[in-house]
Amino acid sequence: MLEIKNLHARIAEDGTEIIRGLDLTVKDGEVAAIMGPNGSGKSTLSYVIAGREDYEVTEGDILWNGESVLEMDPAERAAAGVFLAFQYPMEIPGVATMEFLKTALNAQRKARGEEPLKIPDLMKRVKEAAGSLEMDMAMLKRPLNVGFSGGEKKRAEILQMKLLEPKLCVLDETDSGLDIDALKIVADGVNALRSPERAFLVITHYQRLLDHIVPDTVHVLYKGRIIKSGGPDLALHLEENGYADVIGEAA
Amino acid sequence: MNIQTPPKPTPAEQALIDGYGERFSRLAGNPDVVQARDLAFDRFRQSGLPTRRVEAWHYTDLRRLLSDVPAYNQEAMAEPVGELLEHSAIAIAANGQALQADDNIDGVTWRPLTELLADGSLASSLAPRDADDMIGALNASFVSGGWALDIEAGAEIDVPLEIQNVHGGGQVHTRFPVTVGAGAKAVIVERQTGQGAAFVTSLADVTLDEDATVDWIVLQEQPDTVSYLSSFSATLGRNARLRLFVMNAGGRLVREEVVVAVQGEGADFQLRTVNLLAGEGHTDLTMVLDHTVPSTTSTEVVRNVVTGKAKGVFQGRINVHQVAQKTDARMACNTLLMSDDADFSAKPELEIFADDVACGHGATVAEINHDHLFYLMARGISEKEARRLLVKAFVAEVIEELDDEALVEALEARLDGWFADNG
Repeated sequence: MLEIKNLHARIAEDGTEIIRGLDLTVKDGEVAAIMGPNGSGKSTLSYVIAGREDYEVTEGDILWNGESVLEMDPAERAAAGVFLAFQYPMEIPGVATMEFLKTALNAQRKARGEEPLKIPDLMKRVKEAAGSLEMDMAMLKRPLNVGFSGGEKKRAEILQMKLLEPKLCVLDETDSGLDIDALKIVADGVNALRSPERAFLVITHYQRLLDHIVPDTVHVLYKGRIIKSGGPDLALHLEENGYADVIGEAA
Repeated sequence: MNIQTPPKPTPAEQALIDGYGERFSRLAGNPDVVQARDLAFDRFRQSGLPTRRVEAWHYTDLRRLLSDVPAYNQEAMAEPVGELLEHSAIAIAANGQALQADDNIDGVTWRPLTELLADGSLASSLAPRDADDMIGALNASFVSGGWALDIEAGAEIDVPLEIQNVHGGGQVHTRFPVTVGAGAKAVIVERQTGQGAAFVTSLADVTLDEDATVDWIVLQEQPDTVSYLSSFSATLGRNARLRLFVMNAGGRLVREEVVVAVQGEGADFQLRTVNLLAGEGHTDLTMVLDHTVPSTTSTEVVRNVVTGKAKGVFQGRINVHQVAQKTDARMACNTLLMSDDADFSAKPELEIFADDVACGHGATVAEINHDHLFYLMARGISEKEARRLLVKAFVAEVIEELDDEALVEALEARLDGWFADNG
């Protein structure tokens, strides 16, 4: 279970406060959607959960299964089961995608006290996962994300998520840059991972992703706080009426 | 007024002066060689070690940095090392003397350098290049051994030839003159390593006849107790191709000079360097490249990873002579600084006297990209391992270009080893 309590976070470099007293609970098995207008703090929230150094938590706490993650570095959080699917996955020239996948998988296995995967076993898993996302294996021979289209990068994120089998999946605007076919494939990939012991935080600007990944709860983020929570119908309401009236209500 | 009182010799200079007196009678050479040694040593005696006031040595003030020169150590044990590539034919120089060579390869002749000193055939090449060539002057004064390697015209050598220059401390002064006949092909590996405190000067002097093709790999892994001065000079004949790959991963004070004359039309020179600099070492790679005829090409890529309090220097100078039209020469020097105290100076220079050429150079300095680091760590990769991947990514391109799987693996293993110790 993810519990975010009165979270305040700011940009480390200039002290700008972005998250201003955010409370949110996501239970195991729950798919929670975070919606909000641009600049409301959606991406910052995802980075703070994943442990990006550019942000400082000044107040409050993030508990994952009852334990604070604030003192953990990003790698430790990942080993604890946290996964962030990036809005803009980095291109890293010179890092071979397969070597990256192997290193990441085995680092997490090691942290959990498991044996490293043998190469044929790894290849088999990657092939299966890539197949289900309709990804060409030739892509994975390239350096990490280098030369991938926007859609390919998003698929590669979901591929990593499938392989790493995290317990908390944070999807940061996974729908941006996807055409409708790619969106469906990615959504199917996510839906296949839904399970009673896995929680999802689906961050999105638009309703359209939520047609394919149907959330259990919907939360509206505005100026660094959750100003309204509800069921899937809240997303539909936002789609029809925009954010203005919800924001007006809360003000 | 030009009269100057020479400064008082430093301890290192004094040790060299004393050493020359003591060693002289025991150094091999016919009268021509003896005369060449004396002339070379006079150069040193008159000027002393170069300081930062000498432009070529501006970033490596040898007088200040060469703090001591250990005495010769006759008892030192030099351990040969495991070959870099399987099935290599190996020639070993140990503590400055030719020890043994696998001389059963068709088209390949190894001769101990002492033969060339004794018959005087080396005498003419002992003269230093110019006033800045202190490495050449010191080496000519003290050189005691090494191997001369000759590769017959037309010979395609299908095993790697590995020169090992190993020491067990003390002083080592070696030379490796190499001739590669017309149309010959070879892969040559040069190992520079040893144990204990040492002062090493080592020269390779390579001539490629027309259509000769050589891949030359230098792996410098001196311990941090070694001052190492080296020079690699080459002349390229018509359509000759030389690819020089240098990996520096050691040494307290390292100056490596690469001096290449592209003298035959259609010739191509490629330099790739990976400098892995750690601890408190000072490493200087200085290249002077002359394109003296039309239609020749060269590319130099230098990648530096610097950590700890290490300092690095790259000076690269490309001279395109007036007749050398259609020269295509490119030089890039990229540095990754991994600590606050790491330091790198790059001085690329182009001197172009021809008007129809394509030449360029660039230098960059960067730190580890924090966004990349975060991305890798967000997948559970520890910070150290993530940094290793990114450093490897930074230099891998240069290594993987060698497109010889065994060589790439061997060099990447070096890189991993260096990173395990210094990352």
